[in-house]
Amino acid sequence: MTQRQTQQRPMHGPGGGPRGGYQKPKDMKKTIRRLLTYLARHKLALVGVFLCLLVSVGSNLGGSYLLRPIINNFIYSGGRDFAGLALSLLQLLGIYAVGAAASYAQSAAMVRLAQRGVNKLRRDLFDKLQALPLSYFDRHPHGELMSRFTNDADNVQTALEQSLVSLISSALMFVGLVVIMLATNPLLFLITVVVLALTLFLFSRLGGKSRNYYRQQQATLGDMNGNIQEMIEGLRVVKAFTHERAAKEEFQRRNTAYRDAATRANFYSTAIMPVSNNLMNISYALTAAFGGLMSILTGFDLGGLVIYLNYSKQIGQPLNQISMQLTNVLSALAGAERMFEVMDTAPEADEGRITLVPAVLDPAGRLAERTDAGRGGMWAWKTPKNAGLALVPAAEGPGGTLTELDAPAPGCRWAWRYPGPDGAPSLHQIRGAVRSVDTEDCWLTELRGAVRFTDVDFSYVPGKPILKQVNVYANPGQKIAFVGSTGAGKTTITNLINRFYEIDSGLITYDGIDVRAIRKEDLRRSLGAVLQDTHLFTGTILDNIRYGRLDATDEECVAAAKSANAHSFIRRLPQGYDTPVSGDGGNLSQGQRQLLAIARAAVADPPVMILDEATSSIDTRTERHIERGMDALMEHRTVFVIAHRLSTVRNANCIVVIERGAIEEKGDHAQLLEHRGRYYQLYTGQFTLS
Amino acid sequence: MQLLKTLASYLREYKKYALLAPLMVVLEVLCELALPLVMAKIVDVGIAGAQVPYILRMGAAMLALSLAAMAFGVLSARFSAVCSQGFGANLRQGLFDQVQEFSFADIDRFSSASLITRMTNDVNAITMMLAIGLRMLTRAPVTLVAALIVTASISPRLSLVLLAVIPVMAAAIVLLMKICSRLFEVMQKKIDNLNNTVQENLVAIRVVKAFVREGYEKTKFMRSNDELTAASLNVGMRIIAMLPIMMISLNVATVLVLWIGGRMVMNDTLLVGQLSSFISYIAQILMSVMMVAMALLQLSRAQACARRICEVLWATPDIRDCELSRELPAPRGRVEFRDVCFKYVATGTGDDVLRDVSFTVEPGQFVAIVGGTGVGKSSLVNLIPRFYDVTGGAVLLDGVDVRDYPLEELRARIGMVLQSNVLFSGTVRDNLLWGKPDATEDELIQAARDAQAYDFIMGLPDGFDTWLEQGGTNVSGGQKQRLCIARAMLRRPAVLILDDSTSAVDSTTEAKIRESFHQNLKDTTVLIIAQRISSVQYADQIIILEDDHIAGMGTHAQLLAGNEIYQEIYQSQQEGVGEA
Repeated sequence: MTQRQTQQRPMHGPGGGPRGGYQKPKDMKKTIRRLLTYLARHKLALVGVFLCLLVSVGSNLGGSYLLRPIINNFIYSGGRDFAGLALSLLQLLGIYAVGAAASYAQSAAMVRLAQRGVNKLRRDLFDKLQALPLSYFDRHPHGELMSRFTNDADNVQTALEQSLVSLISSALMFVGLVVIMLATNPLLFLITVVVLALTLFLFSRLGGKSRNYYRQQQATLGDMNGNIQEMIEGLRVVKAFTHERAAKEEFQRRNTAYRDAATRANFYSTAIMPVSNNLMNISYALTAAFGGLMSILTGFDLGGLVIYLNYSKQIGQPLNQISMQLTNVLSALAGAERMFEVMDTAPEADEGRITLVPAVLDPAGRLAERTDAGRGGMWAWKTPKNAGLALVPAAEGPGGTLTELDAPAPGCRWAWRYPGPDGAPSLHQIRGAVRSVDTEDCWLTELRGAVRFTDVDFSYVPGKPILKQVNVYANPGQKIAFVGSTGAGKTTITNLINRFYEIDSGLITYDGIDVRAIRKEDLRRSLGAVLQDTHLFTGTILDNIRYGRLDATDEECVAAAKSANAHSFIRRLPQGYDTPVSGDGGNLSQGQRQLLAIARAAVADPPVMILDEATSSIDTRTERHIERGMDALMEHRTVFVIAHRLSTVRNANCIVVIERGAIEEKGDHAQLLEHRGRYYQLYTGQFTLS
Repeated sequence: MQLLKTLASYLREYKKYALLAPLMVVLEVLCELALPLVMAKIVDVGIAGAQVPYILRMGAAMLALSLAAMAFGVLSARFSAVCSQGFGANLRQGLFDQVQEFSFADIDRFSSASLITRMTNDVNAITMMLAIGLRMLTRAPVTLVAALIVTASISPRLSLVLLAVIPVMAAAIVLLMKICSRLFEVMQKKIDNLNNTVQENLVAIRVVKAFVREGYEKTKFMRSNDELTAASLNVGMRIIAMLPIMMISLNVATVLVLWIGGRMVMNDTLLVGQLSSFISYIAQILMSVMMVAMALLQLSRAQACARRICEVLWATPDIRDCELSRELPAPRGRVEFRDVCFKYVATGTGDDVLRDVSFTVEPGQFVAIVGGTGVGKSSLVNLIPRFYDVTGGAVLLDGVDVRDYPLEELRARIGMVLQSNVLFSGTVRDNLLWGKPDATEDELIQAARDAQAYDFIMGLPDGFDTWLEQGGTNVSGGQKQRLCIARAMLRRPAVLILDDSTSAVDSTTEAKIRESFHQNLKDTTVLIIAQRISSVQYADQIIILEDDHIAGMGTHAQLLAGNEIYQEIYQSQQEGVGEA
């Protein structure tokens, strides 16, 4: 897991963090403007911050300038005007106090604005993440997305909180200093200019080198950390093959490479500090000498010399700050840009308008939407009349072909009419109760769980087809099993039903409705899934079971656990159902996690169920013991089962054998064995040998 | 203290830099601090006496001091970089080497993830700390002390002002830091929370989508997000008090010095140049006080990292390699378990995983171990290569207790395919050669063929030279398993152990692999853990584990006739065959 280092707050002391090594944002202007919208929901606050900034910089410069009259008029005047001195000093104190107050007010405002801005930024990003299609997560490694929330958000926060203000105040400070110094003594300023030019030159040279070495350091660091991760995670194999010595040597090579790169990078970033500091000292020395001369030769006032000396020591600082904060700001902008990039990615397409509603049959036997709370019973699809589908009466001709009727006739069937895969209007039969009232603006049709694939083609990457011309039909309440070698496309098929991925061509219908016309949320709510990888969430065991249906009572959760045969092991856990699950269920075995996943799906109680290798890590004996639970889970439901173990699929209504993305054979167990094809091979492969 | 000693021992060849770097900092500071003094001379002697050559001389001196300071500064940067990064590399290597000596029990105890964090983040934090420490931690106190001495020598009375301001400021900063460091911890927890939520959502995105829990997760995230913001604000609103504290202290001190010093100048007990230099020292002194406070805070944070690192360094691997103490028999592959008891110490539940397990496998036999999830099948085979030590009884290989073998010799006799199939980034060939680094091309091809991997390897874009990504993500699960089997077979070991390592291979391929064991590994003892009856039914001996003991042993026919558990397992996999 990506760890975030607690960040260093204000003050960039000598030897501070590495400079350079930032990535440049691509379109700076646009990113800045967009980032500012997060910061500046309160424009007035920003104006206030800027005013505070002006006051604090002004008081800083003004305060030190006041020294000049104080020295000239009182201290070095030869007089003894103590009261005058006291009054001037009080003035000075007043100016300083105002400055400190302004600076505090400004930081307080900025911290608030920045925190709120980043809070909103993170929330928008996370909300977007939830809306992205699965294919996006396939293409982007978790670590990469994770760093949007950690590194990038951190950088943006630091930049908004400190760097931005620091940048502006340094610039103001620099301009102010130049003006005052010029006003104090233009000749001496020549010296300052020469030293400043030298400083800038060295900065750009050292900075360039530093950035270069920093990049090298990052590259070798990545290489080394990768090696550490790989070798530690594979440590058991290293030991099994007594590969320790080779591993150590290999690591040493990378470790040394990193050390050399890091030493160089660290040296340059550290060396900038003493170099720039002492350049300012040189300026101080030259100013002292020439100022002294001018004081003798041209009568330059002593107070002027003293403040000029102070200023000449100060003028390096804003430059130093600017170069440092510019790096921060740029890398923050690059980070923000990456975050915006995620936010701008097209979300999962969802043009579906048909929703899922709980339903009952009213006393007249007509389908009605259920309005009271409570569960159980029927579900219905609610189709708005302007959703592009039309409910039409139809008659079934010979061979099962449907013909649309002009008017509902007694005993006629109902069908949906909408463009089929080939574009021409086609009819799709509906089973179950139907309610069509002309005065209402929607149709209700009973959810039955009939799923049909018609000529479905699919590819994860365009040009590399995974599924070719798949045709599958599941009647309500049937159990359909997919078998085939690893990578044949079994999981892919189930991923298409709940629209995790979009098909290239063909049609998938659910109770006669094109799945694309159903609102995704409702489509998925109607499908329960026990997936191949059984991820659990932080929380208790009970919380994890309840994930299936958030309003399930404790009793319902326990009942589900019992039916999944998970109850017995849960009871033996230290805190039973309240045992916390940590780190994706690391404290549970794979088999136990699968049992929990089954319980989770059982609680959801969906009309259609997808079981993707749901029992692969459970040994066959235990599997037998949960068979009853599984049977209960599958009863009255359409079930899609994927399994390696053929014993799991034997009693399916239809077994679909998939090889290389195409259906090789279909039929029930007996038919397929008789057919002596691939299934026969797979099945009997277990029993033939020597 | 113990921590410091352990860590310091990793300085080794960089010890002299650890001394030179601070020394250079001291010299740099001294040069820099001399500047205002010389400046005061220019004002008080040069200008007051209108002595042009004196001013020039002093100017040159200041220039020389600045250049010297720069040189020392650059040198100290160099030394501290070499020292800290060198130390970091030594420490990292030390950790890596130590971890390589760990037994499986040690790995269980620390967990891979935590070991990785310790070797990356923690070492980096310590290294950074050293780099800062060598310069800043020297610079600040030296500046403080030297500047105090100089100011006191200018005017003891004026330096009383500093004595009054410094403690107040230091106390304020330390108090603030104390409060903040506690709040920082709270914030860190909130950060971890938030990261955890994001991480979970990334890993389990399919579950979230399948159950349509986007809204729920968003609310969950919003909660952690708001909590984090609140915690950050808590810290942020306090830590920004630092700057005003600093400014007010500095300004109050300056005004006081001007007031007292100004009157002294007016009374001719102080020179104006001295006053001016005094003012420039104030800034440096107060800045140093703050640096010291900040550095101390950093140090306390680094302490946690240091402790985590030392925990690893101090751990004594619980399996110690033994010296070759006796003549070892030629490898034949006879495995014997004699009243073996075993429990995991690390997990601490204290229950025996295995109790009084005894059996013998003769050379060349094919033995299968079956049993439910979590009955200790893997634990049992892990005892043979001594990944764990028995807690009672003994495991013997070719008649000698495995604890009497040097580890390398013991493990060279055993080929192991672990349940977690790990491949490393590198070519297919590199990965296979782990089994036997000096294998010939023919041996390589033979092993690949035996593991039924040859065909698919040749189907890969570059055959044996195809690059495998870390963790072998570019081959399928079944292919990975076959590569792992080939890797183990390449060793031509006396004992080959397969821990549930054909689960992702389809039955037909698995049958072929078994066939090649039969043909090509006649002399090799094979121990296999499997779920499928089809994988084990041709074994010379099948061992059934139940709970923590052996519940049956025999051939397929014998067990089928007389063992209830075996019958049950068999039945669970056989249904329907009769109908065919």
